[in-house]
Amino acid sequence: MTSNEARLAAIRGGGPARRHNARTIAALTGNPGCTRRAVLDGAGVDKPALAERIGFPARFGQSRFAITRGNAFEAQVKADGGTELLRLVAERLGVPVPDSATWTDLGGADDLPDRRDRSRAALTADGSGAALFDHPLLALDVGGRRVHLEPDLVAARLAGRFHVVEIKSFPVIDGQADPAKVSAAAIQSAVYVLALRDLLAAAGRDAELVSHEVVLVCPRDFANQPVASLVDVRKQLLVLRRQLDRMARLDTLLATVPADFTADPTADPAALRAALSRVEARYAPECLAACELAYFCRHEAGGHTAVLGRPVREALGGVASVAEVLALAAGEHAPDPEREEAAALLRAAARLRADALTGDAA
Amino acid sequence: MSTLRALAKAQALAAGRAQPVATVRHLHLAQRPLVLVPLTLAGEANAPLAVLVGAAPKRARLLIVPQPRNRDQRFAFAAELAGILLDHLDGFRAVTEAVPVDRGRDVRHRYADAPQLLVPNPAGVTFLRLFGRSTRFRRPDGEYPVHPSVPLLGRWLTFFAERAEQPGSSALLAMTDALTLHWATGQSAVEDLHLPALLGWIDPPPGLTGARAAARAEDPSVCPPAGPATDPGFDNDVLAPAMARYAEATDEAARVEAYAELEGLLRDQLAPTWELMWRGVGLLRSLPAGARVAVRWDGDKDAFTGYAEHVDAGGGPQPRRDGAVAAAQRLHRLERAAASYAVQRAYDDPLVMAEHRLAGEAFVGMVTLADPKRVDDSGKRPVLRPRVQVVTTEPVAVPVGATLWSPARPGQKARVVFVTPGDGKTEVVVELSGGMGRGLTAPPGTVPEVGERVCLTTLSDGYLPVATFPAVDETPWTHGGPPAEVDPA
Ligand code: SF4
Repeated sequence: MTSNEARLAAIRGGGPARRHNARTIAALTGNPGCTRRAVLDGAGVDKPALAERIGFPARFGQSRFAITRGNAFEAQVKADGGTELLRLVAERLGVPVPDSATWTDLGGADDLPDRRDRSRAALTADGSGAALFDHPLLALDVGGRRVHLEPDLVAARLAGRFHVVEIKSFPVIDGQADPAKVSAAAIQSAVYVLALRDLLAAAGRDAELVSHEVVLVCPRDFANQPVASLVDVRKQLLVLRRQLDRMARLDTLLATVPADFTADPTADPAALRAALSRVEARYAPECLAACELAYFCRHEAGGHTAVLGRPVREALGGVASVAEVLALAAGEHAPDPEREEAAALLRAAARLRADALTGDAA
Repeated sequence: MSTLRALAKAQALAAGRAQPVATVRHLHLAQRPLVLVPLTLAGEANAPLAVLVGAAPKRARLLIVPQPRNRDQRFAFAAELAGILLDHLDGFRAVTEAVPVDRGRDVRHRYADAPQLLVPNPAGVTFLRLFGRSTRFRRPDGEYPVHPSVPLLGRWLTFFAERAEQPGSSALLAMTDALTLHWATGQSAVEDLHLPALLGWIDPPPGLTGARAAARAEDPSVCPPAGPATDPGFDNDVLAPAMARYAEATDEAARVEAYAELEGLLRDQLAPTWELMWRGVGLLRSLPAGARVAVRWDGDKDAFTGYAEHVDAGGGPQPRRDGAVAAAQRLHRLERAAASYAVQRAYDDPLVMAEHRLAGEAFVGMVTLADPKRVDDSGKRPVLRPRVQVVTTEPVAVPVGATLWSPARPGQKARVVFVTPGDGKTEVVVELSGGMGRGLTAPPGTVPEVGERVCLTTLSDGYLPVATFPAVDETPWTHGGPPAEVDPA
């Protein structure tokens, strides 16, 4: 174990490191400037347990109805060894539906090295016939470390190209789905595209064999009939790439974290809260949907314009503290030169607001 | 987000309580709005689980679907809801009013009032839209017959959902939208979508700050979500076992008991939101209606009348998707509505106008000189063109020659003649036309007097020209050509 590994193990406490999946990677890159998150996720800390322990439990519960439905739909789509899935995907891509295809399930026992090797061998093997690979285990470099992705996708090789296929149980009604769900699925698929490309490139094959067009398979209208849609994830790929590049290396971040920092979910809650507040965070309301620590970080950020959301903060001239905003608006103290413009706007806004509220306006 | 609104949010955060961002109510509030609080089953495509519905706080009716995946039960629920909704709509069809048309040479008739639907949040509007979509093409005959009221319910829900997209319409409102239009909280826009937290900020219980009340409202065990999504903990620990008991009931007595249990626990989830909906109604009612709210509600009455006539005449359901011409027309209509709604709110409310003042689209000043008798006789005919000088301390961003309006005299134009910036003040001379009768003497009150505070703005509440579109059967080939005949369900 390297010293960094030992350090990360100490941060996480006794438990095993939590595994990443496309959702967590997507969320991680959603707030690349947050050291707290990068360190906790890098160490594989059990953040739900941590949040619970410090008195700010996360609310990411999943309804068993939703889980059952998701599993049932996925099973239905894959039921016949992939024949129907292959037809859907091929028709959607506009390529001839192959007479036959191989179906390789790369899931199975949780022996990481073995699964990794099997996935690599299967996906980089020669051959261009139609093939479906279920549950391939992929990996990605995040913050200078290799993280494994919990695989919940199918990779389809058709007409010589790989397509990421995601089976989602939200409906497509009259050709339209919930935009929030589609964009979440798109960014997750982009994580897989990136990881697949890495895998091919590492094996000396052309990364472009993995298409930027991913296939989303969802139930159609109000029934269970699956329908395939193409989603172009080029934009998401660019964003992801940029965010991953922007993320500092974990070793660099660790150097900024106090040497005795721990997020061990069995430690004393008050000590944990104190320890966490010594690691820099960057709260935004988007955290509420993406990070288990959100309620803690929101509490900590109380009194800052960040809790009101980015558009509000920008409209307030980027001033970080609410007290400062109000002081500037009241003209209580002279602003720094670079705050001049923001201060003038805030003063005018405060005057107009007061004017209108006292009914003094025309 | 305007800086003015953002400042109100900062003030709310500091004060621990929501701050007003409107001085009048910008929407119509019906005497008896039909409040609907829907719940759906997680993971399904808009499968209804329950709804609490009624037009008065003490008249809540609970409808539930004990097995939401069961098609027959779903349509039985739709038929029950149809009974309530269609009945409510019928209540508005007894009285009509005459509206003059063609410059008073003729009249047309419309319903004197229209129904209003209220749901907790935008997701509630989406629920109604999708439920409308899943029922409007159903048929009372054929392979899977449904009760004849079901497709009718679908058409009306679709009608309301479409109205909800029109800025300024009050036919179907989400309570969270209605409240945030009038109050700014110390939390973010995402958090404002949670009705209990929003009301916590606006009207915290005694002894609690808004922030504390909002935080408490986030705990689903204290305060169930306002739907349509349910709390996963409730699903797993309470709902699923109760549904299983219903499904496994072997005799009628057991089934009745299990049904009653489901009713009880769903009512418990819905009742707190029901209370909040009516508290929201009360808060909104406490604001006086803006002057132009009634005119916009007339638009809702027209739309209701028009759709009722369409249904009476046996008209078909709304298509799944608009064709090219209809889509363009619709977009144009929505844009016009949005523009005029924004102007009307500013005219009705000095606090909204203040946002435009901050943006340089309006200023307020004092009339220091007035020549109400001024006549311009340079043309063929002498015309009354009074001039007034307004002195303002606000920045004036309008050029000479620009036309301005004043909310106090919306029918009058004010052309900018001189702008003279001075020491912390600007003198603006405007020449008035319109809104002063036909003679060469201005009736009293039609020209601002010395000492009057006036607001002058580039925003005009005037008539926006309607664009023309090709007829549907002349849809250009670039837009797919004329659409095929309406496709059946
Ligand atoms: S919730 Fe906290 S730790 Fe998580 S990303 Fe946001 S600021 Fe960082």
